[in-house]
Amino acid sequence: MTISSEPGSHTAETVAQEVQRFLEQRTQQTWDPDTDLFSTGAVSSMFAMELVVHLESAFEVVISGPDLALDNFRTVNAMTAMVLRLREAQR
Amino acid sequence: MTEGKPVSEPPVAVKCLVWDLDNTLWRGTLLEDDEVLPFEVVRDVITTLDERGILQSIASKNDHDHAWSRLQALGLADYFVLPHIGWGPKSTSVRDIAERLNFAHRTMAFIDDQPAERAEVAYQLPEVRCYSAEDVARLTALPEFSPAVVTVDSRQRRTMYQSGFRRDAERAGFSGPDEEFLRTLDIRMDIARATERELSRVEELTLRTSQMNATGVHYSDAVLRGLLTDPAHEVLVITMADRFGPHGAVGIVLLEKHPAVWHLKLLATSCRVVSYGAGTTVLGWLADRAAHAGVHLAADFRRTDRNRMMEVAYRFAGFAEADCACTGALAAPGEEGVERLHLTPAPQPPPTTLRLTAPELADAALPHSR
Repeated sequence: MTISSEPGSHTAETVAQEVQRFLEQRTQQTWDPDTDLFSTGAVSSMFAMELVVHLESAFEVVISGPDLALDNFRTVNAMTAMVLRLREAQR
Repeated sequence: MTEGKPVSEPPVAVKCLVWDLDNTLWRGTLLEDDEVLPFEVVRDVITTLDERGILQSIASKNDHDHAWSRLQALGLADYFVLPHIGWGPKSTSVRDIAERLNFAHRTMAFIDDQPAERAEVAYQLPEVRCYSAEDVARLTALPEFSPAVVTVDSRQRRTMYQSGFRRDAERAGFSGPDEEFLRTLDIRMDIARATERELSRVEELTLRTSQMNATGVHYSDAVLRGLLTDPAHEVLVITMADRFGPHGAVGIVLLEKHPAVWHLKLLATSCRVVSYGAGTTVLGWLADRAAHAGVHLAADFRRTDRNRMMEVAYRFAGFAEADCACTGALAAPGEEGVERLHLTPAPQPPPTTLRLTAPELADAALPHSR
């Protein structure tokens, strides 16, 4: 389950795995790709900031302006889609 | 005359002074003399700065337990937060202290009798202001150590930080979801209309709050005082407390109410309460109240290198660039780099991690007359 840090080497699968790993480490629970993080009360606004920072550094993307919409962070799948889109656009 | 001035030249107040010990705080070297005594003026300087709300810390090359017990014996230990006593470079200590306090380097100061130590700190951290031990007696007369106002919050600032560290320690030892921990803190937030008396707390806050200052627009004491009596403006002060004690005044809101839109000109919250979601809570409350009043929200925002948290709070609350007819009532942003964000608000559930008390805003909004 090693995630390569080589730029350009990420797929939807590896991004999702990394996001799930981070979420599990920080919340001590596992997350299905479609579960709404914010509706469960397990995630605070402080943690939302950590998510932003983590995604930026783990996947070498910049998330700003309209991309910071809550819906982009609501589920593992939503974050994965955004990361892949930003990596493509910011390459 | 309701617009603020740019923060291009804010008063550069020192928020934390880091002391060397040997031959700076006390006369002589602890390793050679167990009974070292502080220089005559030092105790006065320390207590004066403490009352002014300037935090003080230590960067000393000494054995930690030895030096700390000497400070305790001298009755000075309680005045210091996050003491760094060890053998590492002092720039590392100063950097760590700034990071723990969440203070910008330009608000940090360092005092040491050794030119080499000052040079090392100045080289690694060019924004930190360095003072020679010879400066001790005149420190309290320098403008950067002389805040314009000293409030109840400045006098208790050190103890507020100290209880903050106890909170953090408890949080680190808590292994459950974030929100569950926050609920154990019994947090109260009070949003209230600012009075003349509270304005000085607000003013100090806008000067001190760098990380979370949402708009990058500074409102002077005079401007805010003028707005207190303006029926179209709301100047709101946010205070917080929890079971560890008071956080004091931690935020300010400046809102101008138009018939179809409430214009959020300033929202600033102290970095001390960022982790409790203070900004998000205030934005949620404003959205809820605006929804009930049947108005939209517009907010001014200028991105700086320190207000990322606030940008996330705004965006996660749903604020976005939008061409809405409601903003036609507003003057264009007066400054370069200020974005005007918009929200069509919806009723919000009450906060789950704290108890909120707040004034009713809608009544005073209509009719809009002077």
